[in-house]
Amino acid sequence: MPGTLAITWEPGSDTLLGTCHCGARHTSQDPVEAWAWLLAHPDGHGLSGSEGASE
Amino acid sequence: MAPTTQIPRNQWYVAAYGDEIGASLFARTICGEPVMFFRDAGGTVSALADRCVHRRFPLSKSNRDGDKIVCGYHGFTYDKTGACVAVPGQTRIPRTARVKPYPVHEQDSLVWIWIGDAEPSPVSSIPRAPWLAADGGYTTLRALAPLKARHSLLLDNLMDLSHETYLHGGYIGTPEVAETPITTEVDEEAGIIRVSRHMDDAECPPFYAKSTGIDGRITRWQDIEYFPPCLYTLHSRIAPAGVLPPASGPDSDAFHVEITYALTPETETSTHDFWMVSRDFGHGDAGMDSFFSQMQAEVVQQDVDALNLLEELIAADGEAYQELSINIDTGALAARRLIKKLNEAA
Repeated sequence: MPGTLAITWEPGSDTLLGTCHCGARHTSQDPVEAWAWLLAHPDGHGLSGSEGASE
Repeated sequence: MAPTTQIPRNQWYVAAYGDEIGASLFARTICGEPVMFFRDAGGTVSALADRCVHRRFPLSKSNRDGDKIVCGYHGFTYDKTGACVAVPGQTRIPRTARVKPYPVHEQDSLVWIWIGDAEPSPVSSIPRAPWLAADGGYTTLRALAPLKARHSLLLDNLMDLSHETYLHGGYIGTPEVAETPITTEVDEEAGIIRVSRHMDDAECPPFYAKSTGIDGRITRWQDIEYFPPCLYTLHSRIAPAGVLPPASGPDSDAFHVEITYALTPETETSTHDFWMVSRDFGHGDAGMDSFFSQMQAEVVQQDVDALNLLEELIAADGEAYQELSINIDTGALAARRLIKKLNEAA
């Protein structure tokens, strides 16, 4: 899987924002779930809590 | 499930500080393999399996004859490539009489060793830490802490610095460390993890208040780069609150400390915890050297004590314990995954 995967812990919240190498984004409150979503690319990119799937 | 004890093979690991290895024969177990090191007449480090092929006597307890090693038990003699060049009492040297040579590479004052049977990755793939080089512009204090805990426990510890608030309060921990959100990035192609925590208005911990002389609140940035499996770097920037790096040119209004760890498994459940702390200020200040060295040694010992305890508990508890991960563990989880990937690839 090329590119960079990122998880940002949003200031002032418990929310993690995952950004896939394809640009899709996903919010979560569990880092295990957040990494699982990123690594499943492109599966799950169209689900609730996710946006901007591409590829 | 407990953190893994599996050691990624076919990888470069830090075996020693360059100045640990000289003319004398030097022994260290790396990833479960006993290795003997010495510096040859030309100044290059050689590494051989630390067992004579004859009756396994440790070559590190033997003798040098120039760049040859003469076993201290029966005199089997090896050159620096591990080939046996003489055996006692006979002229025929058995075909299998050789000890394993290890590829080594010395850079940035560290001696790296390739552990694994595959062809070594090019030395250009070994991560750099230029601030450790003699001409790197930093003053470095360093030591090696023996850790009776698995590599993955030390990795968990270093990838989540929120523990500083609790385990290292009064040293490097302040409330903001645990409270400030982090950004974690995994560069899948390069295999690097970056974890950033930027505190723009933080209490100055005693370690930095005393060494920098900053009186008041600070801007404190912690940017981790981890190059699995061995090299961990923490770029620490400390400046008075509100002082940010200029758009271009040197960041001369800030203090920079590079904290480097090399995490080298000794065995499945023990680790060589090489730690180095480098600063770009107070050069030649013996009092500051002593302060940095002592403070960092105490911080490392706090980690070592905690991780030794965890290793004992894992051994006692078995595999039944179910861990719970929260937001602060995002970086550690990424690191665990890359280690798993390296294990699967090896």
